[in-house]
Amino acid sequence: MKTRLSPATIALYGSLVVLALAYLMPVYLTLITSLKYPGDISLPQSWQLPPEVNYASFAEAFALLQPNIVNSFILTISATLLSTVLGSLNGYVFSKWKFPGSEIVFTLFLFGMFIPYQVILIPLFQTLRAMNLYGGLPGLILAHVVYGLPITSLIFRNFYAQIPDSLMESANLDGAGFFQIYRRIIFPLSIPGFVVTSLWQFTQIWNEFLWGICLTRHTANPITVGLAQLAGGQAVSWNLPMAGSILAALPVLLIYIVLGRYFIRGLLAGSVKE
Amino acid sequence: MINRDRIKAFLTLLPSMILIAVFVYGFIGNTFWLSLTDWGGVAALAENPVRNYAGLSNYKELFTGFLGGGFRQDLVNAVYYSVMLLLGAIGTGLIIAILLDNKPRGEAVFRTIFLYPMSLSFIVTGTIWRWMLAPQGGVNILPTYAGLDPLKFRWLSSTGAIFEFNWQNLLQIAFYILAAVLIIGGLMSIKQNPTRALRRFLLPGIAVGLAAWLFGDLLPKALFMEETHGFNLATLGIIMATIWQYSGYTMALYLAGFTGISQDLRDASMLDGATTAQYYRYIALPMLKPITISAVIILSHISLKMFDLIFAMTGPDNAETGHPALNMYLTTFRANDFAKGAAIAIILFLIAATFIIPYLISSYRQRRTR
Repeated sequence: MKTRLSPATIALYGSLVVLALAYLMPVYLTLITSLKYPGDISLPQSWQLPPEVNYASFAEAFALLQPNIVNSFILTISATLLSTVLGSLNGYVFSKWKFPGSEIVFTLFLFGMFIPYQVILIPLFQTLRAMNLYGGLPGLILAHVVYGLPITSLIFRNFYAQIPDSLMESANLDGAGFFQIYRRIIFPLSIPGFVVTSLWQFTQIWNEFLWGICLTRHTANPITVGLAQLAGGQAVSWNLPMAGSILAALPVLLIYIVLGRYFIRGLLAGSVKE
Repeated sequence: MINRDRIKAFLTLLPSMILIAVFVYGFIGNTFWLSLTDWGGVAALAENPVRNYAGLSNYKELFTGFLGGGFRQDLVNAVYYSVMLLLGAIGTGLIIAILLDNKPRGEAVFRTIFLYPMSLSFIVTGTIWRWMLAPQGGVNILPTYAGLDPLKFRWLSSTGAIFEFNWQNLLQIAFYILAAVLIIGGLMSIKQNPTRALRRFLLPGIAVGLAAWLFGDLLPKALFMEETHGFNLATLGIIMATIWQYSGYTMALYLAGFTGISQDLRDASMLDGATTAQYYRYIALPMLKPITISAVIILSHISLKMFDLIFAMTGPDNAETGHPALNMYLTTFRANDFAKGAAIAIILFLIAATFIIPYLISSYRQRRTR
């Protein structure tokens, strides 16, 4: 087919380019502001390129946010790992070992991912206090693992539903039991499921803020809380919050750019559709 | 053997079941009970705080009390906010999805650009957009690059409001809304079954509307004084940022749906003389109704627990852009009024539940029939 410049094609590309530019504008502004010297930042000139490039804001923001970044990595990696492993086992039971009422149990699980978390915040706060877990990372990890169970179980359940039951039956005839079938057949086939689920959990936990601010003391604050504090003051010079935003966004943005396909699959799985 | 495995399977799931039972259902029940007490004040965080049963007084205070005005505005904000976000994000996402469904060159690049905001945290989005919407810079000075005058709108601190109404007339307004819903429902189904539409929807709708209009003054007032609430213009900036972040999500949903429709069907409809617009309007979109429902559920869920973004964009204390989710945090953890915070949380939960429970029940039924 010849590619002729019909008005429709021009309109299509024109609107796509305009929209894309609009979606990229916030990044452009963030990037140039983070590279300016504080003295060069002024509102009327906010869209202009920095007259002199200043990389120091990143080092300064990193120095301020470093404890938060470390906290977030510990929190995110351990909570992702735990909730993904549990989700895989749950999904295996939900899809391959249905018992009477298992569909109801599954629906009751799903409900847990749609509640506004404010409704469990006060009892969660009290329970963590009673368990002596309030204020530190272990309590936050526990919360993320428990409330991550619905989504991880959902993704794995739908993933395992695609594995034919005949594989299970033949393994069963060979005398393999519940855990052997999981180890020998299901787990080796689960790698894409693990990638999708852990990417999803990683981004969710990394980006979470409400529990971070309500359930941790200053020393255990995750990156979102650190950034909110860095940017929250009234008299901030904007290069620091912008550099901090880039630092806070970098891990998830990299995941998204490099492994975007899997990220989108997690996103679609999150809409319950099978 | 098989039976032992079934027990093993059940025991594997059991710890998660207990956790969900306690942390989701037990905690919701606990919050509900707390909302019926008077737990709060200076000694709220003591080892064994005093908690007396107080009935529905917290809810009463929130909806009709003198000090509940802030909460009522937050609630109104949340409603407008949800509606605007749904329209904006679904509309924008759908338009982009249709554009990309034409398979332009560089589709993958475009898709990445439209979806990347979705991976950011609300705190990052909020920080960036606060700078974008600064009064004398950012978005406001963009028109000057086209030779126009700069905008003067104060995105996050404007005190203007539109669509205002008096909270006293809440009951009357509720009846108007009911009437509108009935009439719209009747008009939509009038083609299929005119008598049923007329009897079940149109006539009752008109009757309710007329009655509310004629006898509205006789209805009990929801409040002892006049109190106007409206759509605060300061929330526009927050809505814009949320649409920027979530339209890529609806785009991805619709794009996946469009790709799932066979090319044959599209070719056939084109052969029958359908235009592109007609194809999307009458064939593609009706087929993607489940996707639209998913998008509505997820977006309204997001708009109800909107907390992070407002916190980062305007700070937690900005009354103009308040939201029940923020109010709950301030009431509970700043003012130590735990019982009232619990009541706000339960109200949020009930609103969310009215959307989600029907959705989950229908998806459960679908799974059963398979």
